[in-house]
Amino acid sequence: MSCFIVPAAEAVVTTIVTKVIEHNEKKQNEGQLKYGMSISSFSKEGFSKKLKRLNHLLWGGTCLLAFEHLWHGEIQPFFPFVTAASNPVDTAEMLKEMSTVGVSMAVLVTVVWGIMTYVTSLIESRKDELMTGMEAKGVH
Amino acid sequence: MTLLLTVLAAVITTVVWYTSEKARQLKVGTLCYMFWGASIMWLVDAVFEYMELGAGYFTPAAEAILNDAFLGLSVITLALVIWVAVLLVKDPQNIVKQVLKKN
Repeated sequence: MSCFIVPAAEAVVTTIVTKVIEHNEKKQNEGQLKYGMSISSFSKEGFSKKLKRLNHLLWGGTCLLAFEHLWHGEIQPFFPFVTAASNPVDTAEMLKEMSTVGVSMAVLVTVVWGIMTYVTSLIESRKDELMTGMEAKGVH
Repeated sequence: MTLLLTVLAAVITTVVWYTSEKARQLKVGTLCYMFWGASIMWLVDAVFEYMELGAGYFTPAAEAILNDAFLGLSVITLALVIWVAVLLVKDPQNIVKQVLKKN
């Protein structure tokens, strides 16, 4: 019953945050380019790119779950959009489900993304060591 | 059944993404994110349902299985449609651009 609204709300927030971070990183990179960058720092993945993965997971999941709710008649394309909003008993049940299932969904997606980000940064640092070694040897 | 079909789709698309350079160029990653995102969310849904129904969760009625399978296939179809739309809009190989230029 509309549990997907919670990850959808998180997706909106993370998308805005990503845009802001991306803008700041662009500015920072321009400044660094002026003073010259090493190969290893140039190849490093920015946080905005990592955050984009979370956005994709959240938006993708939300999209398919919204379809499932439409399939089961829990949401509708006209006001009040959520069928459970038409009477107080169903609304209370919907809010309860959002605070339990919905929040758990958002948390698990974020945890999975966190693990994914940790693993990718490990892979990245392995790559960085190789690049730094190559730079030290004068290989370009 | 919907969760099962979505996880299967997620695994297949991830393997395709990992093994094929062409698939990566064609933005198969978008499909991976959609399927994995939905799989994680449905997994949570399944856990809550299991806590409510107990072992009964694993013995659904035949009609429910059929309906869920139909829903699962529809979900996969929707994801494929979204992926094609993303592919055409982003046009990574400039195919749409070239066709439009020709006309």
